[in-house]
Amino acid sequence: MRRHHDMGGLPAGPVEPVEHAHAPWEKKVDAILRLLVGKGVMTLDELRRGIEDLGPGAYDELSYFERWISSISNVLLEKGVLEVAELGAAIEAARARREAAA
Amino acid sequence: MSSGHSHPHPPKQPDIEDGPYSWHMALTDAVADLLLAKGVITADELRRTLETIDAATPAQGARLVARAWCDPAFRARVLEDVNAAAAELGIDAGAIPIRAVENRPDLHNVIVCTLCSCYPRYLLGAAPDWYKSRAYRSRVVREPRAVLAEFGLLLPDEVRIEVHDSTAELRYMVLPLRPAGTEGLDEEALAALVTRDCMIGTAVPLAPPRP
Repeated sequence: MRRHHDMGGLPAGPVEPVEHAHAPWEKKVDAILRLLVGKGVMTLDELRRGIEDLGPGAYDELSYFERWISSISNVLLEKGVLEVAELGAAIEAARARREAAA
Repeated sequence: MSSGHSHPHPPKQPDIEDGPYSWHMALTDAVADLLLAKGVITADELRRTLETIDAATPAQGARLVARAWCDPAFRARVLEDVNAAAAELGIDAGAIPIRAVENRPDLHNVIVCTLCSCYPRYLLGAAPDWYKSRAYRSRVVREPRAVLAEFGLLLPDEVRIEVHDSTAELRYMVLPLRPAGTEGLDEEALAALVTRDCMIGTAVPLAPPRP
């Protein structure tokens, strides 16, 4: 069966020639991935599998690097590199830091 | 701009503070913070990797193409092993093998990644958004001539089109044809003709207009 990411040859609308300069946070996602792959913590195949596991809804609704960081964090949780509770706390800390700076 | 009274907060930096801080941005910072705290990565590695990302641009690929146009032996090495040929020019094309597919007068090549977004990023920099779009990934393998026409590239019917579907283990780049009328140009001037899209295959290099 064809999965939702396997779209080669399917009908689709015109190719919109859109581009955008990557935001700093998007480059940060890319850098995290490169370092983790370089150190053997995770592989590109695991990144892709994690993206495909997001399911059709998230796959189409999230932006490109949102899919990446979602997959990276899930893979790191699966591997035990990160734990759910500490990740939740770190997200809250990052938000609080941003609010305090505003 | 001063508000005219002393203020305990540091001055605002609109360039980094404006715009909403999304959940995924917070997730990104959180993952980085934890990886740094645990010593999985270091701050220096993170900074250097960000610099590497910024340094990779299509100009690197253009230098490779221009050298291949000028030096047949180098061209043969590009077709043999892009990563090794790039290293000769001091360019780190990354660990994933890149294969160059060469245009001929009767053959045009175009690259895609139908399953995800594989692209020779270490050599050419970030892929454009449309390369990763559903429309491009779906259609270019079935109706490449129509898709190329949407980019303004109208190929004669007698030119065959080959589409190369990249994977996590093998990426492609197009080695375009040197345009006629560029015999007098040096390598640097030739490289300036080679755009990113020429190496994806959605464009071809054009000779500069005659003065």
